[in-house]
Amino acid sequence: MASEGSTRLAAFDEMLPEVSGLRRPYEAYDRWLKEQDPARLTQKMQDAERVFRKTGITFAVYGEQEASERLIPFDIVPRILSGQEWRRLMQGIEQRVQALNAFLDDIYHRQEILRAGRVPKDLIARNEAFLPEMIGVRPPAGVYTHIIGVDIVRISENEFYVLEDNARTPSGVSYMLENRETMMQLFPELFQKIKVRPVENYPQLLRQSLAAVRPQTAKGTPTIAVLTPGSYNSAYFEHAFLADQMGVQLVEGQDLRVVDGHVAMRTTEGYKQIDVLYRRVDDAFLDPLTFRPDSALGVPGIMDVYRAGNITIANAPGTGIADDKAIYSYMPEIVEFYTGRKAILGNIPTWRCSEPDSLKYVLEHIGELVIKEVHGSGGYGMLVGPAATKKECEAFANKLQAKPSNYIAQPTLALSTCPILTEKGLSPRHVDLRPYVLVSDRIQIVPGGLTRVALKEGSLVVNSSQGGGTKDTWVLDD
Amino acid sequence: MLLGRTANGLYWMNRYIERAENMARLVDAGLRMALTRTQDASEEWNSVLLSAGSDFAFSQKYQDYTAANVSDFLLRDTSNPSSTMSSIETARNNARMVRTALTRETWESINEAWMSLKRMLARPVDERDLPTVLDAIKRETALIRGSFYGTMLRNEIFDFSQLGTYVERADNTARILDVKYYVLLPSLSWVGSTLDNYQWESILRSVSAHRSYRWVYEADYKPTNIADYLILNVRMPRSLTFCYRFLGEHLKFLADDYGERHACHATAEKIQAMLRKGSIKDIFDHGLHEFLHEFIRDNTRLGDEIAQDYRFY
Repeated sequence: MASEGSTRLAAFDEMLPEVSGLRRPYEAYDRWLKEQDPARLTQKMQDAERVFRKTGITFAVYGEQEASERLIPFDIVPRILSGQEWRRLMQGIEQRVQALNAFLDDIYHRQEILRAGRVPKDLIARNEAFLPEMIGVRPPAGVYTHIIGVDIVRISENEFYVLEDNARTPSGVSYMLENRETMMQLFPELFQKIKVRPVENYPQLLRQSLAAVRPQTAKGTPTIAVLTPGSYNSAYFEHAFLADQMGVQLVEGQDLRVVDGHVAMRTTEGYKQIDVLYRRVDDAFLDPLTFRPDSALGVPGIMDVYRAGNITIANAPGTGIADDKAIYSYMPEIVEFYTGRKAILGNIPTWRCSEPDSLKYVLEHIGELVIKEVHGSGGYGMLVGPAATKKECEAFANKLQAKPSNYIAQPTLALSTCPILTEKGLSPRHVDLRPYVLVSDRIQIVPGGLTRVALKEGSLVVNSSQGGGTKDTWVLDD
Repeated sequence: MLLGRTANGLYWMNRYIERAENMARLVDAGLRMALTRTQDASEEWNSVLLSAGSDFAFSQKYQDYTAANVSDFLLRDTSNPSSTMSSIETARNNARMVRTALTRETWESINEAWMSLKRMLARPVDERDLPTVLDAIKRETALIRGSFYGTMLRNEIFDFSQLGTYVERADNTARILDVKYYVLLPSLSWVGSTLDNYQWESILRSVSAHRSYRWVYEADYKPTNIADYLILNVRMPRSLTFCYRFLGEHLKFLADDYGERHACHATAEKIQAMLRKGSIKDIFDHGLHEFLHEFIRDNTRLGDEIAQDYRFY
């Protein structure tokens, strides 16, 4: 069982820090808020939930039969960033994304970074996320990871850190879009008063971006499709939403087959060629002839078509090696190696438990650290030391000693907070931020992203599967 | 361009919406009979189950053909794949699968119908509340139909949806007639008794046509008129002829759009021709039961051919 992660750390509040008073980006919003009748706000909160349920914006929680379709709670207080804060973040993200793609290209070709000894060879060769099938394969337009969600946390006014690079199939962008849509429906007058940079054009940008990386063999307007595991997948709503907004087909493995050296979909008029596939299916399930033979979610033979350069797969197979938690701790070296500059956005200091000195330190300080499984995700299989009981810590220490290389540890950071609306008024909660990055012949970042918020007082776990909610994220046009 | 799987989803989504409503209508008619006749209600409920094609499954589970058992089985029971609840659930699952092909209004109306019926049918329905529940089912399906007609583009997506609606509806009307065909036979000696009147009204009620019948025939119930109305009338929205008029139309749109004709076109035209040239007298001469039997078989074949010709699987 995962821990609650409740702590009492003195955190930086992005709206109203204790030391300096109301921060600039929130001034206009605060003025508006003070004029509002609390009863009306409560009503709006209920309206929001009804909007989400009606449109069927739900996600499935694995292992919960009754609540197989649940809403991600939405908080109506926006998380606001100034234009200046955003520009700084953008530079850091751009640099990081460049480095990620350069790293992937290198790791599947000459492996210069391994020869230079900046990243240990073992870490790649023994990593399940490294796909030998991709060695020597250069994807169309040379792009490996096209859609990236970089998880960023804030510690103080000027300290931002990257918590995780999601370079495989990051999800949540539909919530960014629906959150804005909902806010505009609930509070149209607010958007008259405050100039917020738009995020609505994300689907068009995504479509253009995917079209720009089409295979060289594709003639005319490329045919794009979104590949989903199906309507029972937890993120199905998002897959359907994106296909719909882009005006492209939403396909499943059963719709596709290889016809004359191309991937084609079964339509009411016969098979039609696909040029670009935005796949939301994991590597292992992509091609039963190459990867897991029991997969019914993929397309038999798609990897042959891919290697022949006749289809673009976004993101490319094998990008997981770049966002692996074991690789994460080397990101500062990776950024510097490929961009020639120090990383603008820092990493959270990380102890690799595979190293004996680090393991010793982690075991001695287990009550102060956050310990994560190298391959885990979704907030499962982690220990938040300060919030765990002594018994939980001891149990975890045993697991850690049994297989140290399976874990990394990080200091428990006081993530910044942002207020949410509760029955008793505003109350601070910890937040993180996932901006969405699109890579084609250029890098584009939609101003904003998904702010995840730990709804439980004091909790540091923002994952939607564990009681996290979301907020609309505003980047001011100032 | 439309995926075969999407066409399949649209077709079945609409078949199940139609079915959800038909179940409510059948229970409604049965309830009416039970109210107006004190004796032999169980026989009446039996024929309701036969019309619903659920008699065998019901008998596996229950001994007594009572209002409570039958309405529970046809409305709420999720182990019965054709119950209103199962149908609306299947319709919604299909809608979820083809969501990108639907307008927001259509999807929301299906999703809301599912939410509200799930709530309403969560527990057994008290007999006193049955009329309210039946009304609610009809209202929810009417809302779906309304937002569908009001907002959907008239393209292939619309065509495949309509094919599902009319194949299901034709099947349903034909089955209702077939279960009761004997009360429509003119050779029976007790024609015109009160009992018959109830039977006839029940048939009309189960296709929501007991009032419109009188507008058209301006007379008392007569078996040949009832059969004529449900089989051959071009304007009665649940008649076999009406269903085939639209099946023919939407199949023609598809053939024109795609520039290709298939086996399903020939089958639909054959059925249409048979309905067009026959009079109700011919049908009775041929044998009503035989006619309906052949119709149900041909209608099922049309459904199979549509699935094959348009690569549903």
